[in-house]
Amino acid sequence: MSASLFRTVLARHGALAAKRSLAGNSFVRGKATLPDLKYDYGALEPYISARIMELHHSKHHQTYVNGLNSALEAIAEAEAKGDFTKAASLAPLLNFHGGGHLNHTLFWENLAPASREGGGEPDGALKKAIEADFGSFETFRKQMNAALTGIQGSGWAWLAKDKDSGNLAIVTRANQDPVTGQLVPLMGIDAWEHAYYLQYENRKAEYFEAIWNVINWKTVAQRFEKA
Amino acid sequence: MVKLNNLLQYFSLGQSSFQSTMLASNFTAVAIAVHTLPVLPYSYSALEPYISSQVMELHHSKHHQAYVDNLNAALSSYVTALLNNDIPAQIRLQSIIRFNGGGHINHSLFWRNLAPSETPETDPVASAPRLVNEIERTWGGLDEFKETFAQTALGIQGSGWCWLVGKQNGRGGLQLAIVTTKDQDPIVDEGMRPLLGVDMWEHAYYLQYLNGKTKYLENIWNVINWKTAEERFLGASKEEAF
Repeated sequence: MSASLFRTVLARHGALAAKRSLAGNSFVRGKATLPDLKYDYGALEPYISARIMELHHSKHHQTYVNGLNSALEAIAEAEAKGDFTKAASLAPLLNFHGGGHLNHTLFWENLAPASREGGGEPDGALKKAIEADFGSFETFRKQMNAALTGIQGSGWAWLAKDKDSGNLAIVTRANQDPVTGQLVPLMGIDAWEHAYYLQYENRKAEYFEAIWNVINWKTVAQRFEKA
Repeated sequence: MVKLNNLLQYFSLGQSSFQSTMLASNFTAVAIAVHTLPVLPYSYSALEPYISSQVMELHHSKHHQAYVDNLNAALSSYVTALLNNDIPAQIRLQSIIRFNGGGHINHSLFWRNLAPSETPETDPVASAPRLVNEIERTWGGLDEFKETFAQTALGIQGSGWCWLVGKQNGRGGLQLAIVTTKDQDPIVDEGMRPLLGVDMWEHAYYLQYLNGKTKYLENIWNVINWKTAEERFLGASKEEAF
């Protein structure tokens, strides 16, 4: 995934890289960029409005991308100066903006228009795994919605695969904390208010119901098989 | 025990706004208040154009109401768990009480530290001379304070609140500070008093300001009720909810 998230800028910004190397550190820096969506802003209507998609992608996600690049730059500067206290103090910013970038990138990919891959139910090995670990798809769906409803504040709920046991689990993360470690995120739902408020206002239960119509199970199955 | 449970069930139905009752002397007094949504001291549209009527109506009648309802339900379950000596249930309920109780406290404080613009209450110099004096002493000026407040509020990662608080110092006075709390965590620390709070949840501004929370933070000073903040600073305020 990191290959698709980070684009090396050495070629395009050779001058900048050369300037950086003056400090004695010659390294190739990857810069995070906003990924293009594989569908139009209006393509998830009526379940997610075009207005929400546009703001969510072009404003919110862009802010995380910018914040991540700033944090990485500030950390690199601190590192170059040997100021490790300063570098360590930037960890929360890296986690927040880096997590925001990762989470949204995964999210856009695990959504699709209802007229195309969106909605329905998984099949094949993923379907079997969900049935084995949750009893049925419907039980899984209900548990995921209960997890989303239980988030106190901003955050995400994920279907994740435990690399060690191979089991599936539903996990929630506060704010933009990413799913890392032995858990591999397969499918995420954004429970931040900016993900639904313009359309659903305080009725978040309606958003949590509607979003199943645009879940891209093909993407989720591919992540499951790779994990 | 059966009678007691009936009584508690009665409370949880919310048929009375406050119940304080004598229970058999072998019980520790169990009295639960049924909390209610406070009435706003102004209309939903009174904070226009800085906070829209639609934002206010949803924020008060839906969001705050949900915190009140969930708090009452959680407290009722908590009393049952206490009477059943069910410690795991008590522990499970604590985060729900913290979240919804905090949501109730925070919003109750927030409504009272807002007022329609161009009213005497929103004039800091006229309505909060003592507090403004202390703000100037602490930050160098009102504008510097607002700038620090905005930067602190913008640093919140996720949902939360930004507060001007007074902390008791060793000389019996209050030392001012700007603090943030996450989600609905309330200011309940011993010796710390919330003077004014700004809600940084997206539901507080999104319908009007979208992702422009910097503008929301600039505009909100037009509707800050400095009279309330001064009363809280001087320890003279009577908060409705508590």
